[in-house]
Amino acid sequence: MSGFTNDWVYSDTVKEHFMNPKNLWDDDSFQYDGFGQVGSLACGDQMRVGIQVRDDKIVDLRWQTYGCASAIASTSMMSVMVIGMTLEEAYNLTPAMITERLGGLPQHKFHCSVLGDKALRAAIDDYLDKQGRDNPYRRRVAKVICECKGITDHRIEELVKTKQATTIDELREITQFGTVCGKCRYKVHQLFEEYKHIYNV
Amino acid sequence: MKTVYLDNNATTEVAKEVLEAMDGVGNAYGNASSMHAFGRESSRLIEQARHQIAKLIGSDDDEIIFTSGGTESDNTVFSIARDLIDQGSERKKIVTSSIEHPAIIETCRYLVSRGYLIQYVPVDATGKVKLDVLEKLLGDDVLLVSIMAANNETGTIQDIKNISSMAHACGALFHTDAVQAVGKLQVDVHDMDIDYLSLSGHKFHGPKGIGALYIRKGVPFEAFVKGGHQEQGRRAGTYNTAGIVGLGKAAELALAYMNDEHTRLWDLREKLRKEIQSTIPEVTVNGHPYDCLPGTLNVSFARAEGESILLMLDLNGIAVSTGSACATGSLEPSYVLLASGLDIELAHGSIRFSLGRFTTEADIEYVLRTLPPIIKRLREISTL
Repeated sequence: MSGFTNDWVYSDTVKEHFMNPKNLWDDDSFQYDGFGQVGSLACGDQMRVGIQVRDDKIVDLRWQTYGCASAIASTSMMSVMVIGMTLEEAYNLTPAMITERLGGLPQHKFHCSVLGDKALRAAIDDYLDKQGRDNPYRRRVAKVICECKGITDHRIEELVKTKQATTIDELREITQFGTVCGKCRYKVHQLFEEYKHIYNV
Repeated sequence: MKTVYLDNNATTEVAKEVLEAMDGVGNAYGNASSMHAFGRESSRLIEQARHQIAKLIGSDDDEIIFTSGGTESDNTVFSIARDLIDQGSERKKIVTSSIEHPAIIETCRYLVSRGYLIQYVPVDATGKVKLDVLEKLLGDDVLLVSIMAANNETGTIQDIKNISSMAHACGALFHTDAVQAVGKLQVDVHDMDIDYLSLSGHKFHGPKGIGALYIRKGVPFEAFVKGGHQEQGRRAGTYNTAGIVGLGKAAELALAYMNDEHTRLWDLREKLRKEIQSTIPEVTVNGHPYDCLPGTLNVSFARAEGESILLMLDLNGIAVSTGSACATGSLEPSYVLLASGLDIELAHGSIRFSLGRFTTEADIEYVLRTLPPIIKRLREISTL
């Protein structure tokens, strides 16, 4: 069976980050300024991120991931990209940017890459919270999902995260999403499911 | 790099003797349904294979029809049941288990969506069908009971003789998906009192795309694949001569090797199990401790995810399978393991080693050297 291990299921970059993860949190002595953890066991992946911040720059980051190869490689790549970034740059990191640097992931594996940046944002939120500062980045990256009612992805995320909306009906009751033109309904459902997964609701 | 194939419950390497037998079919290219010499030669080879299969499961030759595999055999039986219900049978219920192969689970899901009544018997922590629950589901409204002989994921073997007698006591027909059992365990359709039995060639070192269905003389039958008069009208389509010959040869070999292989595989499986348990902490062995296919070992590693373990092993030349959701692209891990009450985290961390005729002791030793550092590493990476 010559060469059959060369043509692997994922890109060479994914393989490298899976086999040799960078910036792994395997040292208990790592002192973090901000900490974030997202994911759920039900879906089989969970991520934990700690950041060190100096002058609003991420000077160091450590992470741990329980999950599949895509999840491990995504978090590892995220760590490589983020160290040296300003908090604002880091906050704007998207799953698409991570998967691009990984040389792509199969379609059905894309959801495995969405936790890395969420854990990072949770760590930045935690850092700012500990500093008693408002989050100046949050507003900028918010995307309007329901145009009629002006509901953003952040609003939906917040309602799921704080368990104010645990069902799609509760979310509709609170936000009135999709009650006018209705074209956002599918997108809202998708986001709602994604956030439920991320925040283990 | 050394390669070790431990995914024999998914499919097996075709035996050399089987390939040779199939190669010999090259000249028998006539259509077995034709009367001329070319056709007669093909027909002779097919009937020889039918006899080899019948011998393996203790049936008469004419109780065997060839199909494209286990899935078609299973579908044929459920189609018969559906047909009987449609024709006005007073028995309208099908009873099966919660851990059947998708060939049955998905067929049942479809039948339910069309308004048919299906009930599922749960299994206990070892994967054995709960006979007390089965007893309660059985009655004069049950048309068909279908319970697999051995499970593909855990290897747990059901007490088929007992279950078939329970099914018959209430007047139901009994089918068993014996795809994982045939060729590995002694299966005798008369001793086990079976009405229909599905088997598949590629699970015991035969070719893919060929299987058989045993149909006891006198039980209801309706062709699933309709068309020509092949198989006495029981399964249409030109005979797959090479496949059938390969299946027959695989059956002959399985029967010849069965006793020795059973002992050898169980010893290797037990070596693997004991040493994994002694070298790696937090390991759970899934399935029944001894009523288990001889070459199947399903274990869960806490704090390590199955797809990651599978791929780390793959990078070391070792092929296994996992019940983790991530390996399939769905969000749900193995329904078989969850049905046994396994924690969802442990289902995500499950690995199935399935051994076959070509597995050696050196293979197992290589796995035992390779596995512990992989689990240790993944646990270092893990949040749990």
